[in-house]
Amino acid sequence: MTKERKEELQKICLRFRNELIDLLYSIQTGHPGGSLSCTEIVTTLFFEKMNIDPKNPNKEGRDRFIMSKGHAAPMLYLNMAEKGYFPREDLKTLRQVGSHLQGHPCAHTTPGVELSTGPLGMGLGAGLGMALGEKLKNSDATIYVLLGDGEIQEGGIWEAAMAASKFKANNLIAILDYNGVQLDGTLEEIMPMGDIGKKFESFGWNVLYCDGHDVEDIANAIDEAKNCSTQPSIIIAKTVKGKGISFMEGKNSWHGKPIDLEEYKLAKAELGGVV
Amino acid sequence: MGNNIAIRDAYGEALLNLGKKNDKVVVLEADVGASTKSILFGKEFPERYFNVGISEFNMVAMSAGFATQDLIPFVNTFAVFMTTRGSDPIQSLIAYDKLNVKIAGNYAGLSDSYDGASHQAITDIAVVRSMPNMTVVSVSDAVETAKAVEAIAEYDGPVYLRLSRAPAPVIFDENYDFRIGKGVELKTGKDVAIIATGTILHNALKAADLLKEEGIEATVINIHTIKPIDEELIIDAAKRTGAVLTVEEHSIHGGLGSAVAEVLSKACPTPIEFVGATKFAESGDYNELLEKYGYGPKSIAEKAKLVIKNK
Repeated sequence: MTKERKEELQKICLRFRNELIDLLYSIQTGHPGGSLSCTEIVTTLFFEKMNIDPKNPNKEGRDRFIMSKGHAAPMLYLNMAEKGYFPREDLKTLRQVGSHLQGHPCAHTTPGVELSTGPLGMGLGAGLGMALGEKLKNSDATIYVLLGDGEIQEGGIWEAAMAASKFKANNLIAILDYNGVQLDGTLEEIMPMGDIGKKFESFGWNVLYCDGHDVEDIANAIDEAKNCSTQPSIIIAKTVKGKGISFMEGKNSWHGKPIDLEEYKLAKAELGGVV
Repeated sequence: MGNNIAIRDAYGEALLNLGKKNDKVVVLEADVGASTKSILFGKEFPERYFNVGISEFNMVAMSAGFATQDLIPFVNTFAVFMTTRGSDPIQSLIAYDKLNVKIAGNYAGLSDSYDGASHQAITDIAVVRSMPNMTVVSVSDAVETAKAVEAIAEYDGPVYLRLSRAPAPVIFDENYDFRIGKGVELKTGKDVAIIATGTILHNALKAADLLKEEGIEATVINIHTIKPIDEELIIDAAKRTGAVLTVEEHSIHGGLGSAVAEVLSKACPTPIEFVGATKFAESGDYNELLEKYGYGPKSIAEKAKLVIKNK
């Protein structure tokens, strides 16, 4: 990745963080913490790595993105609007009656959303079905599934992990948004996950690590994952919940709560945006 | 009624035939392929057969992924596990997004008799029927099974197909015109309408014969599609007879009986009685269980007489 491209992507991410805070402040609902932790991951996929055509969202052979941690929907929508899947003005209707932008991603209301998510733990299995379906069609599409680290406490994740390994779904790439914090507290407090990399490795996965806030590192890990010809890959992306806004960083209380005016001003000042 | 053929055998055969005609069909199984007979498809088309082991949740979630790829997944396991362990992705992925998945719940009702109540499905219809967008089909004999498999594969949308392990007498012939959502009147009589679903239909027919010996003329209707239900036929039969009895190997709460009562209470209030489960059953010979738990022809006939008294 060139220095210029990296700076360009970083600028987009900073803008998305600003827009996210504007949006969630304006609607007084939604999940800031997990949206901020996956900003670079989602943006790298949509703006650098995925073979997609927003004007033709159902194009055969396209790469797929599943936001399995569906509560980070606002960051998905910001990326999709910027790519042109729907008008940017739709964003302000998020979570409001009549909007196609549901609180959690909805495939039958928003063109380009590949799978409805929200109930945690289902995206990996569904992504595996997509990946095997693509293989049946001899397509070289890649299926990307973004997992939350709290989400992998769901048993279904490990059922899917077993199956992806058995069926050698090397076109399935999971990315773990490893921010270490879930709704009620830290993972350590609520349900320690131990060595997640070793767990996936023992399930037969190709395990990679990256800095989840470094677009170049994320892109390189994706390239490496795509080179694996025999196994599904998981990229464990170290992130910070609420990244970019000091008073939100690492705080489970910012999983999903409204932003008040004082907080909004502080957040915007830190992001360098205009209130 | 003809010879007995096990519904699961008819299903396995139908799925295999479907696979030969339609290469979009993929089959998922959760380690009971020898029981559900999905293995027949698996042997012929190993590249389109995905045995995920004992993980129903993941099997159903995977099927949702396949459906988004314009494939037609059939998922298979016992009805009781499908609609308990598998119910989360059935609701959140398949029903919600109207995905074209065919959910085959096998060994329904008490048909897995010796394995006991843990393996018998008496709540599956209620679970899937309550989900928006879901079509619910329940078959009564081998011919209907084969026709239903064809019909639901052609239908674009989520379908729950309720199958039995049990051998059942063949009621229909090859000319049988099976249409999703269309009930079938097998006998016409003026005194009571017996509305049944699934393999227990043959006991409903035997009950009608018993009633006839006592001079009571029963209408017998096969409702193979519990959702969307054939309201027209049910209302018409209720008007003609003035007394309705529903018969299903399922809880009387939330299944066929509830569906019929919903239709009639709104459009044509009619005395109604229900043959179905009110408690968990047990291990044992299938026919003995049917007798003990009120599904035998005599029990059905008695309930029919009871509802006639309430006219």
